[in-house]
Amino acid sequence: MFGFENLSGSAQAIATVGIVLAEAFALYLAYGLLSNTVGATVVDALGGN
Amino acid sequence: MAILGLSLTMVAVFVGFGLLIGTLFGFFGMGGSFLVTPALLVMGYPSTVAVGSGLAFVFGTSVIGALRHRDHGQVDYKLAAIMTIAMTLGIEGGKSVVFFLEATGMADLIINVSYVGLLAAVGLLTLRDAWSDDDDTETSSDLADRVQSIHIPPMVTLRGGVRVSGTIIFAVGLVIGVLSGFLGVGGGFLLMPAMMYGLGVPAAIAVGTDILQITISGAFGAFTYAQSGSVALPVVAFLLLGSALGARIGAGATNLVDEDEIKGYFAAMLLAGSVAVASNKLGTVYGIDLLNTLSTVLIFGAALLVSSAVVLAAICRLRNDRTGTWCQLTTS
Repeated sequence: MFGFENLSGSAQAIATVGIVLAEAFALYLAYGLLSNTVGATVVDALGGN
Repeated sequence: MAILGLSLTMVAVFVGFGLLIGTLFGFFGMGGSFLVTPALLVMGYPSTVAVGSGLAFVFGTSVIGALRHRDHGQVDYKLAAIMTIAMTLGIEGGKSVVFFLEATGMADLIINVSYVGLLAAVGLLTLRDAWSDDDDTETSSDLADRVQSIHIPPMVTLRGGVRVSGTIIFAVGLVIGVLSGFLGVGGGFLLMPAMMYGLGVPAAIAVGTDILQITISGAFGAFTYAQSGSVALPVVAFLLLGSALGARIGAGATNLVDEDEIKGYFAAMLLAGSVAVASNKLGTVYGIDLLNTLSTVLIFGAALLVSSAVVLAAICRLRNDRTGTWCQLTTS
């Protein structure tokens, strides 16, 4: 499915950990950007302002 | 239609569940991973896949947490290094136990029973803590003083002027590592109290060190399980998609809501998790579908209830509302 099913056990494990790490970095940056962009507006709206 | 081999319904379930867990992790600083492995067990994943995927999820979530803490200088690298080595060895031991038990056909039973016991124990302790006064602080300080008075070389000086036996730190890390590898949990719910109450490390440094350590041990745990193909990557990917957002919501809520106000809900969630795993096991053994359904409802319901309580309490604080029915329910 991710294209590394035919790799050896260790190579497959490194690829798995690498993918999780890359996704975590990407999500941290993406949600950080989203938070900076619309965070204050959302908090104001929830606070009834 | 399927995405990465999962139906749209399952994608929504995992993203939504990740959002709930992330909110809890961001708010309480622990407890996030504790529901993933039981949830996957309840959903019918084999125990090794449930544990391996739980560890991979722990790794991803703690990377995000570590990135947020890195600039605050709240990490004791010496403590983290000793704990990491000890826990790494422990995880390897715990994993060997899981694979050994799987070969004997007893893995599911023993992991489930261990979960029930540990969830119930931590839940009851948290509940007692939520209901008690501040007297516990003195007891905890006594324990830390006693541990610090044991002089087994080499002695190590930690941040905050704490001096503890390196051998004791190693032994604590080893035990937590075995439990982490065996149950597929990050160990944060055990490591943080052990550092704060057992070793006497200041709370802020315990949290920072805990998250760094969990990142490293989570990576190693995920690696060892992935070697045998026991990580369901699509499941982890969608859980992370939700939890990364939830972690921001939960962390934001900590600025508004006092953790003690929600602690009773957190304890109830751990106890519900304990009953859920027991109910699932009994339902499977005796073929009672109702017990399996109850188990699913309890796990997802408890996570939904507590994360909703966190968000609702934060909204009430934002609105300065302490008298509305919902606000009284969540913050009393």
